[in-house]
Amino acid sequence: MAKDMSKKKIAIVGGGISGLLATIKVCELGGEVDLFSYCPVKRSHSLCAQGGINACMDTKGEHDSIYEHFDDTVYGGDFLADQIAVKGMVEAAPKLIKMFDRMGVPFTRTSEGVLDLRNFGGQKHKRTCFAGSTTGQQILYALDEQVRRWEVKGSVTKYEFWEFVRIIKNKEGVCRGLVAQNMNTMEIRAFKADTVILATGGPGQVFGRCTASTICNGSAVSAVYQQGAEIANPEFIQIHPTAIPGSDKNRLMSEACRGEGGRVWVYKDGKPWYFLEEMYPAYGNLVPRDVASRAIYKVCVHMGLGINKENRVYLDLSHIDSGYLERKLGGILEMYSEFVGQDPRKVPMEIFPSVHYSMGGIWVDRKHNTNIPGLMASGECDYQYHGANRLGANSLLSAAYSGTVSGPEAMNWAKTGNKGSELTDAELEAARREVQNEYDKILTMNGSENAHKLHHEMGDLMYKYVAIERDNNGLDACLVELKKLLQRWDNIGITDHSPVANQEAMFVRQLRNMILYAMTITKGARMRDESRGAHAKIVLENGKQKHDADGELVFMGRDDKNFMRTTIVTYDPKTEEPIISYREFDHSLIKPRARNYAVAKKE
Amino acid sequence: MADKVRFIIERQDGPNDKPYTQEFDVDYRPGLNVVAALMEIQKNPVTVDGKRVPPVTWECNCLEKVCGACMMVINGRARQACCALVDEIQQPIHLAPARTFPVIRDLLIDRSVMFESLKKIQGWVELDGSWEVKDAPIQNPYTAQTAYEISHCMTCGCCLEACPNVGPQSDFIGPAPTVQAYLFNLHPLGKFDAPKRLNALMEKGGITSCGNSQNCVEVCPKSIKLTTYLAQLNRDVNLQALKNIFNF
Repeated sequence: MAKDMSKKKIAIVGGGISGLLATIKVCELGGEVDLFSYCPVKRSHSLCAQGGINACMDTKGEHDSIYEHFDDTVYGGDFLADQIAVKGMVEAAPKLIKMFDRMGVPFTRTSEGVLDLRNFGGQKHKRTCFAGSTTGQQILYALDEQVRRWEVKGSVTKYEFWEFVRIIKNKEGVCRGLVAQNMNTMEIRAFKADTVILATGGPGQVFGRCTASTICNGSAVSAVYQQGAEIANPEFIQIHPTAIPGSDKNRLMSEACRGEGGRVWVYKDGKPWYFLEEMYPAYGNLVPRDVASRAIYKVCVHMGLGINKENRVYLDLSHIDSGYLERKLGGILEMYSEFVGQDPRKVPMEIFPSVHYSMGGIWVDRKHNTNIPGLMASGECDYQYHGANRLGANSLLSAAYSGTVSGPEAMNWAKTGNKGSELTDAELEAARREVQNEYDKILTMNGSENAHKLHHEMGDLMYKYVAIERDNNGLDACLVELKKLLQRWDNIGITDHSPVANQEAMFVRQLRNMILYAMTITKGARMRDESRGAHAKIVLENGKQKHDADGELVFMGRDDKNFMRTTIVTYDPKTEEPIISYREFDHSLIKPRARNYAVAKKE
Repeated sequence: MADKVRFIIERQDGPNDKPYTQEFDVDYRPGLNVVAALMEIQKNPVTVDGKRVPPVTWECNCLEKVCGACMMVINGRARQACCALVDEIQQPIHLAPARTFPVIRDLLIDRSVMFESLKKIQGWVELDGSWEVKDAPIQNPYTAQTAYEISHCMTCGCCLEACPNVGPQSDFIGPAPTVQAYLFNLHPLGKFDAPKRLNALMEKGGITSCGNSQNCVEVCPKSIKLTTYLAQLNRDVNLQALKNIFNF
């Protein structure tokens, strides 16, 4: 069958939940999709989301409301999220759940056969729909199946095992295509598109060990940042309180553990101390992630009360009926047993906070357009919806919702946008050639540095200076060190010169992007002189961290006057450094108020 | 416990090159798994003979046994490498690609055939669209639990690697894609198209190619009761064949 040349062509980079939903929306509107992914889309990182997806279904007799979900999200995000955007998301949530249910997502059900709901952090009502403890996997699979259906119909062409390298702009500066490289044959090719959507996920690998998959490196985001896309709020990195520390990765233990009654504790004076319940009586173990992570960090690092004085606390499910646990949390308890060798149904798990999610990302408007015309961003790689801290189970929601917005808007732009000139064959070839030259140059690198070792060092650096507690001395030092890493990148030596599946050469290219992205996180944090959500900054006095009379660290407060604004980062091609500015956003619906989880929320 | 762990790795430079083996030593540490060990080799790709070689190529993503990417043959058995803990397996550790699938390089294989098979069995619900239609139907929670079990299949290919009937001698699409047909036939909307899926399984490479060797259920990393569902599908397919003949 001959291809219909009048059909609009949308290039979507990333086959996680956001990218796949955008794909489906484009196909339904009659467009064609070129879908690019590091891996078969069924293996995308969305499948690591465990605990659930928030939507006000109100099927538990608790009088939950969409407004309450809205308020919890805005309050949980410490008033840094665009409220109009958040409102759109929470209103759409119940409809999305019904759609997933029709698609065949095997949600956990009550005895009556309706969707079960569980508690999650920062929310007082049962609002989290879930499929056991593998909700992301199940939602991703349902979307993968629907996209396969569109593939059979000829609307989707998958480019799996292709790495996005850069966008191509026409002479008017409009994004009209991209360059990608086949990860097995190493072929580099330029592709035309009417709109490009990046749905490439988060940058967890910038921190080395994190809960993210190895493919979540932020490289694509950094690439478009270097081509003029604005990054917003990159300093807001979520540290998940409960992960199993590991040398290859920190494996997530879902917040659902706490949602289903799990308690966090350490020994103090020989007795179990349920410190979250004591510090935050209103929310107890279900405080939001930033709050729980800081408390665990304080108990271990500042009070020295970690298990065996190490950076570990107990997450305890052993008091809960094991049949109930099996039904609600089976998948992750099995994972803990498998990787740790202990049964969490019988003994408390040992966990510690880990880098988990980026609230920040590419700046987008409410339709998910970036500042580069023709380029859109969707899912974790954008900055929308979560402000300074994301609530648990809002990530699957934002991934899905953003796809339902970006897909139709991509078609709208393709049909009515001011796209300027088509890319000529010469322009396509020039873009391809540029990437080819860069790649060929990497293959000739013969310095003394190993890219994987540099990556490891960068991770250590970011954990040391830009994680749970930050201060301006450390952030300044980190920027200096990152610049050194960038110089050392030039001195990398390649051992692999193979023309087949050369993972080392591709990693070298990604690593440079990652270093530049790390600089946006660090600089964003350096310039934001306040504490808000996941960004907690210690006051310096005479160049040293300040302590109060009780010896407790003193943190900066939230500064709405100066910093209730979106951080905007642009790339300076001359110095390669990030330039920081701030932008107003809409917070007109819910008036900012102090965020305090020790007491019940007041509206 | 020795300070070093010895890996004997079957390598292959490209799809058409001859396999060869190389040996590497990796520093032992508690909790070390095969993927973590391969990452160490990346940082210092030197064989036990002191030869600097290109790092070993393999596929991995999640390292939590949910993505299915890192399937390889470890000490003769197909499994996920991320949860293969060095402490729990015999040393030296032999790694090889799953040769049921075409090898691209080293341990990296091409499993696209499985995704093609999911097209054949029409592994999806025929949705009107992603827009709002109505409330989804209530589902029997017990049926939903069975669906949840089968829906864990991560298309890793362990069961195809272990199945004696998957290979050049047969067209069998393998246990994993076959059993997915059962999943969609369970769904209240998916079952509308059950006859299509069952008819697809009557064709060449379908369920009649299953020799009931029971290897699949032994190796499934998600403990899916593959043989149970294959047996039920076999009944469903036979029933469908009768329906086709007698037109009822």
